[in-house]
Amino acid sequence: MSFLTDARWGEALTHLNDYLGNHVRVSVTALALGLIVSLPLAIAARNRPLFRNALLGLASIVQTVPGLALLALFYPLLLALASVTISWFGFGFSAFGFLPAVLALALYSMLPVLRNTITGLNGVDPALLEAAQGVGMTPRQSLFTVELPLALPVIMAGIRTSAVWVIGTATLSTPIGQTSLGNYIFAGLQTQNWVFVLFGCLAAAVLALAVDQLLALIENGLRRQSRARTALGGIGVAALIVATLLPTLARSPSSYIVGAKTFAEQYVLSALIAERLRAAGFSASSREGLGSSVIFEALAANDIDVYVDYSGTLWLNQFHRTDTPPRDQLLRELKNILAKQDITLFGELGFENAYALVMPRKRADALGIHSIADLAAHAATMSIAGDYEFFSRPEWAALKSAYGLSFRAQRTMQPDFMYAAVASGEVDVIAGYTSDGLIAKYDLVVLDDPKHAIPPYDAIVLLAPKRAHDAALQAAIKPLLGRVDIADMREANLRASGNDAASSPDAVARWLWEKIEKR
Amino acid sequence: MPAAPLIAYDHVGKSFARGAERVVAVDDVSLEVIEGEFLAIVGGSGSGKTTLLRLANRLIEADHGTIMVEGEDVRAVDAVALRRRIGYVFQSGALFPHISVAGNIGITPKLLGWQASEIAARVGELLELIRLDGTHRDRLPHELSGGQRQRVGVARALAARPRIVLMDEPFGALDPLTRDALGEDYRALHDKLRLTTVMITHDMAEALLLADRIAVMHGGKLLALGTPAELSGSSDSYVAELLRTPRRQAERLNALLPRGGAA
Repeated sequence: MSFLTDARWGEALTHLNDYLGNHVRVSVTALALGLIVSLPLAIAARNRPLFRNALLGLASIVQTVPGLALLALFYPLLLALASVTISWFGFGFSAFGFLPAVLALALYSMLPVLRNTITGLNGVDPALLEAAQGVGMTPRQSLFTVELPLALPVIMAGIRTSAVWVIGTATLSTPIGQTSLGNYIFAGLQTQNWVFVLFGCLAAAVLALAVDQLLALIENGLRRQSRARTALGGIGVAALIVATLLPTLARSPSSYIVGAKTFAEQYVLSALIAERLRAAGFSASSREGLGSSVIFEALAANDIDVYVDYSGTLWLNQFHRTDTPPRDQLLRELKNILAKQDITLFGELGFENAYALVMPRKRADALGIHSIADLAAHAATMSIAGDYEFFSRPEWAALKSAYGLSFRAQRTMQPDFMYAAVASGEVDVIAGYTSDGLIAKYDLVVLDDPKHAIPPYDAIVLLAPKRAHDAALQAAIKPLLGRVDIADMREANLRASGNDAASSPDAVARWLWEKIEKR
Repeated sequence: MPAAPLIAYDHVGKSFARGAERVVAVDDVSLEVIEGEFLAIVGGSGSGKTTLLRLANRLIEADHGTIMVEGEDVRAVDAVALRRRIGYVFQSGALFPHISVAGNIGITPKLLGWQASEIAARVGELLELIRLDGTHRDRLPHELSGGQRQRVGVARALAARPRIVLMDEPFGALDPLTRDALGEDYRALHDKLRLTTVMITHDMAEALLLADRIAVMHGGKLLALGTPAELSGSSDSYVAELLRTPRRQAERLNALLPRGGAA
């Protein structure tokens, strides 16, 4: 019973208005856009075999792109488009969040609607088409009074399929900055908050079912020519939209938006910054679960106001530098590079979250391994695991060439599972993060990097261009600079990965602030 | 002398592409349908009879020749407007399955922009004319019998008060009793409403019993045209063969069912 009475259900519920509202709006808009484009296309293509095959082929290809990738692709695409419109027409638009999500989901929704509309229309008895012509209908009248009504059940089946797809896939729009029910799932997955994951999945499933049933009601009404049913279904859909719109409209928009990437530490730090801003009397909200490159562009475009990044990440990934200068020099240079984009490097928090090779302490002691140089001799018989990006990152290349590392096998894992995997001996070494709380929990050891192959990864606070001279904001965050040490951050991360109510990012952020305040 | 022709085909031809070759469906046909007459076009499948019928309301466009309807060249008239003033009865009804009986009957008047009350009154009239009681008004086509459906098909063709009715094997799919009754009923309507009717059939007996004149089509050509009596004098072997079957049936029936019996 403790699972059901878990306080996190209540916490999840407090976000429901926001997440569900955003989810419904992005799904319904995408579906509407998809229908507006697909229906006329299907009607135009139905009697043109070449056009029809090209259209269906294209839609099928889109469908084979994984949902997350499709959403992620739209972000840079729109970003490029926005810069074109700025230079040509003098106006830009936000390539962040709503717009890319709507476009990608609309594209995703097209296949079932196109296919079913074409199939439905082509399935109408040719004798009836002749009859429609024979009684004196124009092609348009034939389409609207005979063909579409007769094809309706098949068309509606397509619309229902695509509605369910869109609502499901919309959970993946969280990493490109669109708040959705996916926020529960991404946050839950990162902080091992299974209550959130379950809550997000359930909410999305219930929403999909509800919309499906409302569409079924509309279909039923149209087929039986029952205005009451059609109206009831229509009112249901409209009510859903209005209900999700009202609370959001009633609430005043946040003055500050704090970004967070997709892992637990980021959730805690964004909660910490938002908490500080609120303590200073501002309204602030977190935009969580943003992809690593999305979050930087979003800051540069003023879509978010502040977030915490890591010096090495920007150095290598954002600016593609291959040299590794000493820590202070790197920070100085980074500050200058960022200033060229009007981004303020406001300061360091005081800890590093670098990639590091990690293995169980007992095993390392037994083998006499203290540094990566020691490890190199044993690597040929060992396996290594890293997160989704590690093995394609420059650090890995640098490590391999600096120490001559060559492992027997390498595997890619969800970061949360990596530590348990190395602790249980499923893999021998992992590419972990220095600030991860699980290092202490599983009694793991971070191997030294005597050749400094991995650059420094200081946690740094970045401010959006429009906040460069915002003294109030800067005063509110200033107390955090240089006061988050690695031990506290590890402890905070460990708490955040816990599986109880005290492990929510907000609760951990409060705990962390109490520690900082005492210094 | 009877009135001017209401439909006149003048050296009309039509061919279709079938794969690489062209098939001539109607080959240089000239034919006049006089106002008030009931003309049956008889022929086997592929004889071009359906194509000939559809050329009249431009469901199919002619390749060459001229077709005049009510004194106008059909090419000079808007095809949609032309179809709205010519009634057309389709094989096995072809009623719109999602539209009620009343909606099906009233479809052409609705397209012509009649008032709703006017349409409703007209539908009532037609239901009476085809002897279907008012309870059928709001039913859907699938709730009717085959004969009832075809009656509604006839009513739909007559709804906008056309002078001309084209019928494409209208009674072909019905059982013999229903078929006979419906044929007789339609002939009565034809006379009562002073319609001009062109009916396609492959059944010579039906044509002989209902029509004033019969046109025989074969291989796209008009082989013969005339009253039953005129046809019986035709020297054409195909026409003679078409007439032989009903004649022999009539003789055998006469022998089998002597007068004064049950009939």
